[in-house]
Amino acid sequence: MIQLSSIAQRRLLQFRRNRRGYYSTWVFLVLFLFCSFAELIANDKPIMVDYNGSFYFPIVKSYPETAFGGEFETQADYRDPVVKKLIDDKGWMLWPPVHYSYQTINYNLDVPAPAPPTLENLLGTDDQGRDVLARLIYGFRISILFGLILTILGSIVGVMVGAAGGYFAGLFDLLSQRFMEIWSGMPVLFLLIIMSSIITPGFFTLLGLTLLFSWMSLVDVVRAEFLKARNLDYIRAAKALGVSTPTIIFKHALPNAMVATISMMPFVLTGSVTTLTGLDFLGFGLPPGSPSLGELLSQGRNNLQAPWLGITAFLSLAIILSLLTFIGEAVRDAFDPRKIFKG
Amino acid sequence: MALLEVKNLSVDFKNGPQVTHAVKNISFTIEKGEILAVVGESGSGKSVTALSILQLLPYPVAQHPSGSIKFKGEEMMHAPDVVLRGIRGNKIAMIFQEPMTSLNPLHTIEKQIAEVLFIHKRMTPGKARERVIELLNLVGLERLTTRLNAFPHELSGGQRQRVMIAMALANEPDLLIADEPTTAVDVTVQAQLLKLLKDLQKKTGMAVMLITHDLSIVRKMADSVAVMYHGELVEHEKTEKLFTSPAHDYTKMLLAAQPNGVPQPFDTNIPAIFHADNLKVYFPIKAGVFRRTMDYVRAVDGIDLDIRPGQTVGVVGESGSGKTTLGLALLRLIQSTGTIRFNGQPIDAMAANDLRPFRKDMQIVFQDPYGSLSPRLSIAQIIEEGLLVHFPNLTPAERDKHVVDVMKEVGLDPETRSRYPHEFSGGQRQRVAIARAMVLKPKFVILDEPTSALDMSVQAQIIDLLRNLQQKHNLAYMFISHDLRVIKAISHQVIVMKNGKVVESGPTREIFAHPQQDYTKSLIAAALNIEVVNS
Repeated sequence: MIQLSSIAQRRLLQFRRNRRGYYSTWVFLVLFLFCSFAELIANDKPIMVDYNGSFYFPIVKSYPETAFGGEFETQADYRDPVVKKLIDDKGWMLWPPVHYSYQTINYNLDVPAPAPPTLENLLGTDDQGRDVLARLIYGFRISILFGLILTILGSIVGVMVGAAGGYFAGLFDLLSQRFMEIWSGMPVLFLLIIMSSIITPGFFTLLGLTLLFSWMSLVDVVRAEFLKARNLDYIRAAKALGVSTPTIIFKHALPNAMVATISMMPFVLTGSVTTLTGLDFLGFGLPPGSPSLGELLSQGRNNLQAPWLGITAFLSLAIILSLLTFIGEAVRDAFDPRKIFKG
Repeated sequence: MALLEVKNLSVDFKNGPQVTHAVKNISFTIEKGEILAVVGESGSGKSVTALSILQLLPYPVAQHPSGSIKFKGEEMMHAPDVVLRGIRGNKIAMIFQEPMTSLNPLHTIEKQIAEVLFIHKRMTPGKARERVIELLNLVGLERLTTRLNAFPHELSGGQRQRVMIAMALANEPDLLIADEPTTAVDVTVQAQLLKLLKDLQKKTGMAVMLITHDLSIVRKMADSVAVMYHGELVEHEKTEKLFTSPAHDYTKMLLAAQPNGVPQPFDTNIPAIFHADNLKVYFPIKAGVFRRTMDYVRAVDGIDLDIRPGQTVGVVGESGSGKTTLGLALLRLIQSTGTIRFNGQPIDAMAANDLRPFRKDMQIVFQDPYGSLSPRLSIAQIIEEGLLVHFPNLTPAERDKHVVDVMKEVGLDPETRSRYPHEFSGGQRQRVAIARAMVLKPKFVILDEPTSALDMSVQAQIIDLLRNLQQKHNLAYMFISHDLRVIKAISHQVIVMKNGKVVESGPTREIFAHPQQDYTKSLIAAALNIEVVNS
C-alpha cells in the first residue's frame, strides 16, 4: 500500500465525503470499463466458434465462409441463418450478449425501421434498422475517449502556455494573452463546418480541429497561479540557490498550479463531450455511420414518431453529463482547503 | 461586580473527526478601567478567547463545550443575535491586527467611522460628522479632519490603525479589545500608537483587553497580565508582580527570552568578501497612453557596502525603506546598476549561467518561514535542492548524509526529514530555511528579517543559532531587520536606511550610543524606550 501524504489523505477523505460525487465516480468507472470492451458485449460476430473440433475466434480474426463449409469465399456472416445452421450442426458458437454491432442492420424487422423495442432489439432500432443499444454502447465509448484525449491534450497545451506566460510575464505574456483574445473570438462552429467540408473528418482530424480551439480553458487559471508563484519566497530561494528555470517551473511552481488544473479538468471533459455531441448532431462530426450520441440525438429529432430514439439519446447524455459534473464537484471539494466537514 | 467575567471558557474546533482544543477551561475577570494584557505564543488561544467574548467565532465549526461569559452581569454565551449586535461595536469594541484589511477599501473614512454611530446611536448625518471630527482629533489625526473623504489606501499603516481606533471609540465602549494592534506597523509608529491607547484609556476610563506576544509592550501598558500557553491560562497576575516574581515555568522562559548577547569579534585584516559600490535599483513609474517612463521609484539609491568574513552588517529602516530590495539586488535576484564584487570578482554584469557557481557561496534566508518553503516538497528535498545543482555528482546516500549533518547543525531532528513543511512550527521552519542555505557551506548569507515572523522566545534561539554558525564557519552576514534589539545582539556594523539612501552608518555600539540623525534617534528611541522599561 502506498503511503499517502497527509494532504492527499485529507483530499481523499474530502472526496469521499461528497457522497454523490463519490458514487458517481464508481458508476462512471464501471460504465466506462464496461463500454471499453464494447466488442465483447455487442457484436455481430461470435466470440468463439467450435467447428468440427477446432476453435475459431471470429472476433479477432476474419474467416471465409468456406471455412465453415459454406459457398462464398467472403467473410462469413455469422448472423446468416445458413451459416448459423452450418456451424450449429458441427459445433457451437459463443455469442456476446447483444448480437449486433453498431453498424449491423437487422433485416428481419416486422415493422418498417425505426422499429420499437423488442426482446431482440432491447432499445429498438434506428431508421436504418441498426440496434440502438449496440450503437449506444459504442457511442458512449467514442464520446468519452474523444473527451478524455481532447481534455488531456488540451490541458497539456493550456498548462504549458499558461505556465510560460505567468512565469516569464512581460512581452511573451502580453503577446500570448492578446493572441488568445483574438483566437477565442473566432466563430468556432463555422470554422469547423468549413474545414469539415474541405477535409473528411475522421476521429483524429476532428480531434485536432477541436483541439485548436479548446486548449484555452485552463490557460487563465494556470497563468494566474504562476504569476502569483513567481514572486513567492520559495521560488526566490530556489533562484538564489542557482536552480535552473525549467527545474523551478516543474518542481516548484507547477505542483501548485496542478490543484487548480485538476479540479477544472472534469468540467473541461464535460465540455469536450458536449462539443463532440453538438458537432455530430449537426452532422459535422464523425464520419457518417459512426456510432455517436449526437447522431442518435439527431435521429430522435428526425423521427419524432419513434420516441425511443430521442428518449434513449436524451437519458444517456443527461446521465453522462450529470455524472461528470458530480465528479467535478467532488474533485473541487477535495482540493478546497477551506471546505469544512459537516457533522 | 467585574465588567467582564469569563468562567471555565473552552473552545473546540471540529474538522471532521479531528477536534482541536484551542482554549481549555480558562477563567478571568476584567474590572472597570483595567488594562489586561493577554500574552502567549502564536497558537496559544489568545485571539480565540477574544473572539469568543463577542461570539464572533465561525460557529458551528467552533464550539464551546463549557463556560460562561458575563458582560456587566449579562450572559453573552449563546445569547441571541439581537442582544449581541447591541453590544458589539457599542459596549465592546475591537481593533484588529492588520490595518490593511480591516478597513473597507471602498468606503471613505467618514463613512466607516460614522457607520457605528448610525447603527447604535441613530445620529443625524450632521451630528455624526461632528462626532467623526471630534474622534479624529482624539486619535491624533487632526490633519484628516479636512479630508473626511479620504479612502483607506491614501493613508499610511499607522493612520489606518488610528482610524480603526477612532471607529472602536465612536460609541464610548466600556471594553476595548485590541488584538495585536501594533504588530503590523513600524517601531516608531508602534510607540506612538501605544501611547495613544494609554492616553485614551485614561481619558475615557474604559477597560482594555490587549492581546500581544510582545512582553515589552505589556510592561509599558498593562495593569495585569494573563499568560496563555497551549490554550490554558497558566498565570494571571498584576504586571509588577509577574515581572518580578514569575511563578510558572513558561512565564519565566518568556521573560528570559529576549534576544541578547553581543556579536563575536572578527579578524579585521581579512579583505572584504562582499563589496558593493553605488548600487541603485530604480523601478520605473509609467504613465500616459504610451506607458512612457515618467519617473522612477528609487528603491535603492546609491548604496556602498563592505562585508568581511565573520562580520555582520545590520541594515535597519522602516518598511518601504528599501532594505529587502537591497538584499535581492546584491544577490542579483533583481536588476540593479552599480558594481558588486564577490571575493574580488565583479558579478554585477555576469550572465545567469556564469553566475551559478557563485550562488553556492552566497545565500539568503527570508522573513516568512511559511512562504519560503515549497509546501509540496519534503524537508529533505528542500534542503538537498542546492546540492543537486552545485554537486550533481553526489550519490543519494552522500546527499542524505549532508542533509542529516546540516539538520543536526541547525538543531533539527534528522528523523523528521521526510516530513512536509506544514508539520513544523514557525521556528522549526526557519531552521529548515537556514539549513537549506547552510548545506552549501556558503561564505556570505543575507538574512532578511529572519526573526520578525517568529515568537519572542523563538527569536532568541534563532539569533543564538545564527551567531554560532557564523563563528563556526567564519560567515559574512548581512542582517536586515527593523527590530533594533535583534540588530544590537548580532551586528558589528549598522546601516540605517531611509527612502533607499543611507542616512547613517557605523559600528553598532557608536550608532546606539551617539545617533547623529533624527531618523536614527527616533528609531532607537522607539526600541530603547521599550528596552529601558525592560531591564
